[in-house]
Amino acid sequence: MNTGSASPDRGCRSTEGARKNKFTIVLLGLNHKTAPVELRECLAFSRDETSTAARLLLQEPAVRELVLYSTCNRIEMLMATDNQLKAVAAAKRFISDFHHVALDRFDAALYVNVGDQAVRHLFRVAASLDSMMVGEPQILGQIKEAYFTATRHKTSGVILNRLLHRAFFVAKRVRTETGIGDHAVSISYAAIELGRKIFGSLADKSALLIGAGEMAELAVEHLRRQRAGKILVANRTFENAVNLAQHFGGQAVAFDEIGTCLQDVDIIISSTGSPKPIITREQVKKCIRRRRNRPLFFIDIAVPRDIDPEVNRLTNTYVYDIDDLKGVVEENLEERNREAVKAERIIDEAVLRFHAWFESLEVTPTIIALREKIQAIADAEARRAFRAMPGLGEDGRQAILRMQAAMIKKILHHPTLFLKKNSHRDDRAQLVDTVRKIFGMDDRP
Amino acid sequence: MQHIDLAVAILYLMSTATYVAFFLFQKKLLARIAIALLAAGFLGHTSVLLWRYISNGSLPVRDFAQTLSLASWSVAGAFLLLELRFRLKIMGIFAAPLAAATLLVSFFLPAAPATAKPIFSSLWLSFHVIAVFLGEAALALACGVGLLYLIQEHAIKTKRPGFFFKRLPSLELLDATGYSCIIAGFTLMTIGLAVGFIYAKSVWGKFWSWDPKEVWSGITWVVYAALLHERLTVGWRGRRAAIFAIIGFGVVLFTFLGVNFLLKGHHGSFTRW
Repeated sequence: MNTGSASPDRGCRSTEGARKNKFTIVLLGLNHKTAPVELRECLAFSRDETSTAARLLLQEPAVRELVLYSTCNRIEMLMATDNQLKAVAAAKRFISDFHHVALDRFDAALYVNVGDQAVRHLFRVAASLDSMMVGEPQILGQIKEAYFTATRHKTSGVILNRLLHRAFFVAKRVRTETGIGDHAVSISYAAIELGRKIFGSLADKSALLIGAGEMAELAVEHLRRQRAGKILVANRTFENAVNLAQHFGGQAVAFDEIGTCLQDVDIIISSTGSPKPIITREQVKKCIRRRRNRPLFFIDIAVPRDIDPEVNRLTNTYVYDIDDLKGVVEENLEERNREAVKAERIIDEAVLRFHAWFESLEVTPTIIALREKIQAIADAEARRAFRAMPGLGEDGRQAILRMQAAMIKKILHHPTLFLKKNSHRDDRAQLVDTVRKIFGMDDRP
Repeated sequence: MQHIDLAVAILYLMSTATYVAFFLFQKKLLARIAIALLAAGFLGHTSVLLWRYISNGSLPVRDFAQTLSLASWSVAGAFLLLELRFRLKIMGIFAAPLAAATLLVSFFLPAAPATAKPIFSSLWLSFHVIAVFLGEAALALACGVGLLYLIQEHAIKTKRPGFFFKRLPSLELLDATGYSCIIAGFTLMTIGLAVGFIYAKSVWGKFWSWDPKEVWSGITWVVYAALLHERLTVGWRGRRAAIFAIIGFGVVLFTFLGVNFLLKGHHGSFTRW
């Protein structure tokens, strides 16, 4: 890939004369770093709009292939084009027309990446290095979905197909080889991870939810996904407790029963508006012996706090309040950023490899590589034949070598002609790719 | 035999290094390599001890060097058995260096002149020694797991999840493993002591002769019996159980070494050098 003028194979180009411009990969878009949410809202494509938009934009002659993805944090168009300037202008115009938003309103927020930079950008996005929350896993799924839409409507071709497959592969490698997604970066999930460090498995551990609130309920959801046992719900208003308990498939308990519940449950998630602590040190201390010293884990999401901080000093009892959990999340985020450095290295490598493949899509290097491949096979076989015929004189050897050269020439005559003849066609990348596949010229998939 | 001894020590050291790497990088493959190295070392070690046993006609516990070598073998053996059963890989970070260090120390101790007493060649005695040693090795592992528990508990309690928090397993798993180690160790020690009494009866005509080693073994046994009793009745677990496991192992160490160096008695020859 290259940006046009600085082509490494300029020599070939001049010999082929009127050949069209080389294909280029262009990525145009905006994300949470360049555009505020008000703007992103106006320009986002819904799922249905994505496929219509892709087909419409593909009618532009400059745009050969297209994959479009739109999430709440980014809207990006990935194009393969043989006329970069025209394609970018067309895409900009298209976005403006489609959403009825003047171009000058969003032009400053747009970034245009070309060639290797576009490839790197896509790889970084797919590996979740460009996300608001580095390492969050959703983005990969969103790009996959966009890609499947593109293949269904045939808006992507041999170049973008390959590119997207590489992006998925790189994202997977980043996820398995670095710890980028290892540590919880949401308060509720960080709390659950802590619970796993205390209890090992959360299966069959029972929980008590006091009060209500988004974070607290999310934590209970996480617990249920870990197959936790009984879930109790307490609330000042018993009716609310009953409703929430129904939602979680749990059991409502009266607010006064909390003290006795402490004997049975393992995890207490508290999020009430109470100005005074609900659970005191004495209450917990009383039940420890009856619990036979089994550990107790308090997650206190309320401000002001619901659990007396002194409870944390009791043996086998752990209290985490909202600030503690925020501290954990911050540390985890730092950890992810450290891991991201490793991920960049993996991406660098992948960009280089894609670059090599992309360059090989041109006709001339393919013809050369094909000749070298056949020549290598013939040489190896000739050597074997010579070894099997020790009595063969110099004349005989020369005759065999001449035969070998003639055969190579004749075998390669038609494929070479075929490639050269079609080197001006728009779908030449497809043809070159097919030839390379037939002859197994890319050792790695 | 010297060469095999050395090879065993090197294998134990390599296993130690691999366990350290496993701890740092948390790759399962490393743990598998580490245990394979340790198992290879253990097999070599077993063959050395067997060869000595056969050529001397008695268990090789004649001087301190031989005793330590047997202790090292017991640690490796107890760890391998417990690993097979509980799969707590992290225990290796404690067991492998302990086995390596004990064996290495034994190399630097002079060998005592061979004075084979006839009472050493009894099968009962061999059984007594091996059971007690394996039991003590399991208790050493319980101590190690207890230490890991305290480190992890401290990280969670003080809300500073850092280097260890990520790499150590859950409190529950550490607690359960420590408990299993203590049960295994206590059982083996009980059997070993019982066999010792029978053997004492057959040699000296009495079960108990107030030998300092016997007294301290009794104390050790009572300490662990108390710990297990508390666990079963009021559910002693977690931090307190971990501290107790460490203190208990201190008593074991004193019984193993301190008694021989500070007090006298008929177990003295183990640590002669």
